[in-house]
Amino acid sequence: MKKTGAQIICESLLAEGVEVLFGLPGGSILPFYDTLSQYPQLRHILVRHEQCAAHAADAYARVTGKVGVCVATSGPGATNLVTGIANAHLDSVPIVAITGQVARPFIGKDAFQEIDITGITLPITKHSYLVHDAAELASIIKEAFYIARSGRPGPVLIDVPRDVQLEQVEYVPPGEVNLPGYKVPTRGHPTQLKNAARLINEAQRPLIIAGHGVIISGASEELKKLAETAQVPVITTLLGLGGFPGNHVLNYGMAGMHGTGYANRAIDNADLIVAIGIRFDDRLTGKISAFAPHAKIIHIDLDPAEIGKNVRVDVPIVGDVKVVLEAMLEMIEPREHLEWLRQLEDWRRQHPIEPAREGSGLLPQYVIRQIYEATGGDAIIVTGVGQHQMWTAQHYVFHEPGTFVSSGGLGTMGFGLPAAMGAKVGRPDRTVWLIDGDGSFQMTIQELATLVQDKIAIKIAIMNNGYLGMVRQWQELFHGKRYIATPLSCPDFVKVAEAYCIPGLRVTRREEVSGAIAQAMAYHGPFLISFAVEPEENVFPMVPPGASVAEFIEHPQKEVSVWPRQNTP
Amino acid sequence: MATTKHTLVAIVRDRPGVLNRMVSLFRRRGFNIDSIVVGHSEEPEMSRVTIVVNGSAAMVEQVRKQLDKLVDVVRISDITGENITVRELALVKVKASSGTRSEILEIADIFRANIVDVASDSLTIEVTGDEDKIDSMLKLLRSYGIKEIARTGRVAMVRGTIRVPSQVEGRKKRMI
Repeated sequence: MKKTGAQIICESLLAEGVEVLFGLPGGSILPFYDTLSQYPQLRHILVRHEQCAAHAADAYARVTGKVGVCVATSGPGATNLVTGIANAHLDSVPIVAITGQVARPFIGKDAFQEIDITGITLPITKHSYLVHDAAELASIIKEAFYIARSGRPGPVLIDVPRDVQLEQVEYVPPGEVNLPGYKVPTRGHPTQLKNAARLINEAQRPLIIAGHGVIISGASEELKKLAETAQVPVITTLLGLGGFPGNHVLNYGMAGMHGTGYANRAIDNADLIVAIGIRFDDRLTGKISAFAPHAKIIHIDLDPAEIGKNVRVDVPIVGDVKVVLEAMLEMIEPREHLEWLRQLEDWRRQHPIEPAREGSGLLPQYVIRQIYEATGGDAIIVTGVGQHQMWTAQHYVFHEPGTFVSSGGLGTMGFGLPAAMGAKVGRPDRTVWLIDGDGSFQMTIQELATLVQDKIAIKIAIMNNGYLGMVRQWQELFHGKRYIATPLSCPDFVKVAEAYCIPGLRVTRREEVSGAIAQAMAYHGPFLISFAVEPEENVFPMVPPGASVAEFIEHPQKEVSVWPRQNTP
Repeated sequence: MATTKHTLVAIVRDRPGVLNRMVSLFRRRGFNIDSIVVGHSEEPEMSRVTIVVNGSAAMVEQVRKQLDKLVDVVRISDITGENITVRELALVKVKASSGTRSEILEIADIFRANIVDVASDSLTIEVTGDEDKIDSMLKLLRSYGIKEIARTGRVAMVRGTIRVPSQVEGRKKRMI
């Protein structure tokens, strides 16, 4: 049967199990949009800026385990996707971006809204296609989804010229994907598995660092078994949160720049590090030459290019984390490391995650703990990027995979609101809280309109401190308190929300916090709370840039100024 | 870190953009590519790419792994340490008068080069060999005045029966 290119795209999306598209139309993608009326099974969510379509697709993928899809037109529509695609690339999230392109005869002629988007996104996509022939569309889309979701997941872009969308061709469902150069390693090498098991069985002070790879691979159970059998304490990376239960007796929190003091001391003292699905990002390792000075390192990762990239590795294991752990478990012997655990407990007492102090104003840490109390840890928590993100990582307790959605590698401010949107669309059965900063939130604030139009009932908590807080913290600690370009003259977020027909509350005192959270959760639609938190509260512990993780600084008990801040330059 | 010259050989799918993708991974790390040669391979719809690049072993190995991840790169190997045959072709246009022509012909002869064009005031010489051989000939010709040089860059092949480098497995063996 003959179909248009646009129809073939829709058929192919359905064949891939796609239910939701996030996008914004424009001239070059219009034939595709025109076809959507024939495919009511495909729910389209209209964003207000294409960047948010990519972020929403990204979060949708993270919470559902499916491939997220975003759509944009050519030129500015496509370039607006770039940040979102880069975000998905750095955090290994499977998304497929479909962009319109000018008609084939206009390509390369600087036509209106023509941009070389496959060229622009070359370094930030796992793969990309410029479709020259509608007859290729079905197999390209099948391939794109396969590439996005298999192996180490990542974004794939498909650029479809307008006339290809309109072209009528015979629709032939695609055959098997045939990619001779595409390798997906699965099981680790048997010898290395044996070596790793031997090291684990022999270690005195072993430590597991669990990353996003554990969650992507669905290996939480295997990780738990390994940790419990060999009695190995577990610390996580930022994106590893939720991969190992936060309340597990062997969980010692997040490591790295804003990790717990005891996790970082554990790295510094361990004699064996089992790195599972992590890529040794500099925010985790601190000064690389001083990282884990006493430890042998086992590195398990699907991507061979990650092995030995940043740190020397004693036992490299290239394979799917779940498959590798399953195989390794058979060789792991029950062990006790009571002395090592006692040591960790001592450190936990010496360097506790700073409690919400009494007597000061409204502290963001307190608010986050109250959100945890109210949700029982049973919500999906989405964050923007900045101080609030780190406080959330430190103070909310994540019990299961897929409950923490955050921009790790790229650190994209503005990720929060569109991501929360995508998460809620993917998991309408779950409560979704967005914990955002006032700076981050304002980067994509226009999506409040999308929440209303598409009835996306997320709960928004803004940690409003009137600063680009993380940058201000660096200025305070490392740049002589010169607060250049960090004070923010904020809008009244509650009034902004009201303008978008979203109810909101302003909270300035500790006593009001739990009531406001309860009110937000009881409301049937989206709800916004602006918490006027301590303006100059800092995130501690902190490993200063360039220092080893053992050299973290803790809260200096400084005098904090009082809201509202006095002198804004 | 000590840098050395590495020769990478890749078999890639004949698709638009594949070179761009490959080169981009070098550019990003600030590598200057000495030469890159692309041509058909023994397999249909597959091209063979030979890249010569200067860099530390660790850095080149990291790029090789990244290249290997590209969907259109079927296999790639760093054949630097292998027993390889290396060839390059150069065309050289040298000033030649009636007085110098015979001397130049003699030099060409020594290097088993061919004369491919003769004009009243110049000779064009075609020479093949490894880079050292071509460099040596150019050094000798320089005193006559070289008007133009076109070099292809290095192509390379592992000696013996080994075909190219499906060295994903080979690499793994070496790591263990």
